[in-house]
Amino acid sequence: MPPSAETASQPRLRLDGVRKAFGATLALNGVSLAVAAGEVHALVGENGAGKSTLMKVLAGVHRPDAGTMQIDGRDYVPSGPLAAREAGILMVHQELAIAPHLTVAENILLGAEPTRGGLLDRGEVRRRAGEALAELGRPDIPLDRPAGQLSIAEQQLVEIARAIALGCRVLVLDEPTSSLTLADTEKLFALVRRLRAQGRSVIYISHFLEEVKAISDHFTVLRDGASVGSGRTADVTPDEIARLMVGRNVSELYVRSPRIPGDTLIAINAVAGVKRPTAASLQLRRGEVVGLAGLVGAGRTELLRTVFGLDALTAGDVKVGAFTSAGSPAARWRQGVGLVSEDRKTEGLALDLSIADNLTLTRLPSWVRPAAQAADAQRWVEKLGVRCAHPRQTIRELSGGNQQKVALARLLHHDVDVLLLDEPTRGIDVGAKQTIYRVIDELACAGKGVLVVSSYLPELLGICDRIAVMCRGVLGPARPVAEWNEHKIMLAATATAPAADAA
Amino acid sequence: MASAPSAPSAQSRLRHVLSAFGPAIGLFFACALFAGLRWQTFMSVDNFAIMLQQTAVIGAGAIGMTVVIVAGGIDLAVGSTVALVTVAIALLLKEQVSPLLAALGGVGLGGVCGLLTGTLVTRLGLTPFIVTLGLMGALRGAAKGLASEQPIYPDETWLNGLMKLRDNGAPPIGVWITLALAVVVALMLRYTRFGRHVFAIGSNEQTARLCGVPIERQKILIYVVGGLFAGVAAVLQFAYLTGGDPTTSVGLELNVIAAVVIGGASLSGGQGTVLGSLIGALIMSVVANGCTKLGMPNWVQEIVTGGIIVAAVLLDQLRRRGRS
Repeated sequence: MPPSAETASQPRLRLDGVRKAFGATLALNGVSLAVAAGEVHALVGENGAGKSTLMKVLAGVHRPDAGTMQIDGRDYVPSGPLAAREAGILMVHQELAIAPHLTVAENILLGAEPTRGGLLDRGEVRRRAGEALAELGRPDIPLDRPAGQLSIAEQQLVEIARAIALGCRVLVLDEPTSSLTLADTEKLFALVRRLRAQGRSVIYISHFLEEVKAISDHFTVLRDGASVGSGRTADVTPDEIARLMVGRNVSELYVRSPRIPGDTLIAINAVAGVKRPTAASLQLRRGEVVGLAGLVGAGRTELLRTVFGLDALTAGDVKVGAFTSAGSPAARWRQGVGLVSEDRKTEGLALDLSIADNLTLTRLPSWVRPAAQAADAQRWVEKLGVRCAHPRQTIRELSGGNQQKVALARLLHHDVDVLLLDEPTRGIDVGAKQTIYRVIDELACAGKGVLVVSSYLPELLGICDRIAVMCRGVLGPARPVAEWNEHKIMLAATATAPAADAA
Repeated sequence: MASAPSAPSAQSRLRHVLSAFGPAIGLFFACALFAGLRWQTFMSVDNFAIMLQQTAVIGAGAIGMTVVIVAGGIDLAVGSTVALVTVAIALLLKEQVSPLLAALGGVGLGGVCGLLTGTLVTRLGLTPFIVTLGLMGALRGAAKGLASEQPIYPDETWLNGLMKLRDNGAPPIGVWITLALAVVVALMLRYTRFGRHVFAIGSNEQTARLCGVPIERQKILIYVVGGLFAGVAAVLQFAYLTGGDPTTSVGLELNVIAAVVIGGASLSGGQGTVLGSLIGALIMSVVANGCTKLGMPNWVQEIVTGGIIVAAVLLDQLRRRGRS
């Protein structure tokens, strides 16, 4: 439903039924969107809903398979990123693209340097950069300072000034507040309103629904690659947006046998890491599967790594059984704690080593008998149904799902009591997922404790006994799964930082 | 569940065989080539003894370098370490230390140099290339200072006999020492926890860390092993020169690295065998010897050896690209 007030005039940007497939996966499955001139339009959706693919299509990086795009009523078919810039569509990404050694002025005109007789016209660079900053209401930023010396918020401003200097008509801000303080966020909002008053269109991508509510005029929700709802932001509550973002069916995939939790296996007390987490407390008991939900970047991975001794612990302590020693991975393995890394290709597994070598690495005897090593590996290969020719095959030759089974088998072979699993089913096929869910259930029934980080909520709701939600480095209480649903988790995960921020 | 389709298995086994025997096949062809061209002079027992004698020093260095390179490191200070150790052995012998103790002391000094490398690499977090580039200069300077910039020739002892060609045409004892040590290290790489850790660190250091491998300790140990074998190479070089010379073995490390690379090791770590490295060293000796027999000038030999290094790595990469 397009916004009613603007239907009379031509929208600045209109997308209609945009589709994009990568191989067999449909990344975008019919996205429609209309943004008027002088409108701030929020684009929201869960991780993997298709936001970044849509932005890449808009920026000319990917070419859509079907659907149309129009700017001011004229067809927009960018041949590449440069064409998108020339059409007036400019992006400011979460990861800023600043050349730290160049000056502010040089950064603003980067890639569009004015020349005179083949030489760089330095006076013109400064003049136009100064104009752009003045237009943003920030003529105070020194043009000749190296951009690397500015604060993050000022660097972001330089990027926005670059978009202004290049004549931007549609500015896309991708998660612009993720690394800003509350005060800087307020300044950014003032700036966005200024751009709106100048008649420019802004597409505002954010996970934080309160922000969306505060800054945007209209919104569009993406789910599973399709636009599933849009309207005036003033007419909806953050609750209603969250409901649109989730809302799918839980399948029969998940296994959770009834079980009674036993003694505490691991107690995490007010743990903080270098940047994240900032405060996390949790107890994991025997026979329990506890899920950690939250947005990407909330600090869930960092919590697991800090507990496991891979990242430095800056406050709090971790008790494993009777041990309170500072953790190193070697000590954790000895104490019966194992970790499956979220990044199996660069950290979880040594791709050029064999299945047997990877699987037994934590538990090698002083004298290694390769035959016994292969026999051990063969046992787990059969138990988990790893598809391979033989246990001496290199990991690189296996599919993602089978690689993940080997990563998990390492913990089983070590016979750990506490399993820290970081996104254990990401990017693997359904069959392998089912195996992993079954193994997790069997382990919990056998009295082990499992802590699972996952961004896929149906999975957490399907396999966990308790779930805790992490938001901006702070871990909420672990509540029984019956007290949660996807909507409540999304709300907890996207809440604006609590009052602790002000202290 | 684990179905074992026989075709890919046989194929991967064939590849395994080819990668294991690739250097050996290369050595065979090099020998066959020179045998065909100069049967009389090349294919003699004495000539083979000479070639083995000329391979011993590089071979000994290559054993240690294999461990270092498989672990993803590099050691550019081998030549300087050898020079320093030959000087040290000569000085010890001048002080009337027994030849056995002097030799063991020399090997130990090599180990100390390795300990220094390993400590600098792990404690300061510098790349091994930079650390050993620095040590290459520093140890060479130390050798010159220790020897007052003069070669030192102590009285002859049985140590000098280690590299002497024997009347019955058998290779010098030093060759057998190198071979015996190669077997020890090859077994260590394959059958000990330390050996498997070497491969794990070289293949993916992050995975090794995740799996609780004590990376710092093992890395120091790895460079100590490298240093000990530079010490062994120095004992052989001392025997060959019959003295200590602070200017000897300049650039030796590059020949040692070349031998390891020709032998199938990957400079990015995780791959390599002691046997392959020794064969790599032999290939270089055979080519040098054969070219001499053909009456080619020195500069032709150098060009040919350079070509072989590049060709060996190229072949290895093509093989690996075919796999992925």
